[in-house]
Amino acid sequence: MDLNEFVKHFASQFDETPASEFVPTTVFKNLEEWSSLTALSVIAMVDEELDIRITGADIRNSSSIEDLFSTIQAK
Amino acid sequence: MYNPFSLEGKTILITGASSGIGRGIAVECSKMGARVVLTGRNEERLNETFLSLTGHNHIQIIADLSNTENLTSLVEQCPQLDGFVSNAGIPKLMIVKYIQKESLEEIININTIAPILLTSALIKKKKLIKGGSIVFISSISGVNISTLGESSYSASKGAIHGFVKGAAIDLASQKIRVNSINPGLIETNILKLAGELFSEEQIKDKLKQYPLKRIGQPEDVAFAAIYLLSDAASWVTGASIVIDGGFTLA
Repeated sequence: MDLNEFVKHFASQFDETPASEFVPTTVFKNLEEWSSLTALSVIAMVDEELDIRITGADIRNSSSIEDLFSTIQAK
Repeated sequence: MYNPFSLEGKTILITGASSGIGRGIAVECSKMGARVVLTGRNEERLNETFLSLTGHNHIQIIADLSNTENLTSLVEQCPQLDGFVSNAGIPKLMIVKYIQKESLEEIININTIAPILLTSALIKKKKLIKGGSIVFISSISGVNISTLGESSYSASKGAIHGFVKGAAIDLASQKIRVNSINPGLIETNILKLAGELFSEEQIKDKLKQYPLKRIGQPEDVAFAAIYLLSDAASWVTGASIVIDGGFTLA
C-alpha cells in the first residue's frame, strides 16, 4: 500500500470530516472528529488492511498521517 | 476461632490461575485453608502461582480449556470438588465495524463456551459434591456497563451472566450454588496490555470515575469469591456481586 492509498483508508475512518481534508501532512489529532473511537478505528484498519499491529503509543508518537505511515512501514 | 468464611477441608478448582485475578483467588483460598486445584495454559506462570500457595496437597494441571481433549483430561484428573471458580478469560478490543469472525469466535470460545462446557462436564462426571459452590468471574462489562471497543467482550460476559441464573436453577436440586462476581478495573497483566493502547493519562482519567479513587486489586475479587465458596453463602445462588469501587454508581 502506498502513502496516498493509506491516506484514503485513514480518511474513511471518519464520518463527518470531508475526505478532501486528508493529505499526508494532515495533523490528525487536530481534527475535531479525532477521538478514542477514531484512534481504535485506525488501529483496526491497519490490522485488517495491512495485517500489522500498531499500538496506542505508535499513534501518540505520530503527528501527521505520513508519520504514522512511516512507523507502520518500519514494522 | 469462629470463622464462617473458612475454607478448611474444601477442595477448589480455579481456572486461569496463572495470573491476575485467578492467581489472587488461588493464593487467598489457600490462606483460608482450602486445597486448590490450579489450571492454566502457561506452565511457568502457573508454577509461580503454585509456589506462592499456603499449605499442602495443592495440585496444578496445565490445560487449554478451548481444546476439548484438554478439557476432558482436566475433568478426569480433578479430585472431588467443593468449589469451582471459572475465571479464565481474555479481553479484546474490537470496534463494531471491524469485528472479525475469527477474533469474535476466539473471545466467545474462551470467555463463554469453555466455561459453560467445563461446568457441564464437572457436573456430569459428578466432580462437584452436594452443597458445592460454583463462582464465575464475569465483569461489569456486559452486565452493568460497556465501553468503547468492548461490544464483543461484553457479549461474552453478558452470556455468562445469563448462564449463571439458569445453572443456579438446574443445579439447585443438588444443592449446588452458582453465582458470579462482576469486577471493575483490576490491576492485572490484562490492564498492563491495555496500557499499551491507552496513555497513562487516559488510565488516570478512568480512575477519576471510580468513587473510591483506586484501582481494584486481585484480592478485592478473591475475598468475594471466598464468601461465595464458603458455607456462609449457603443460601446464596444465582446472585451477582459487583466489585468496582463504586464505578457503576458514578
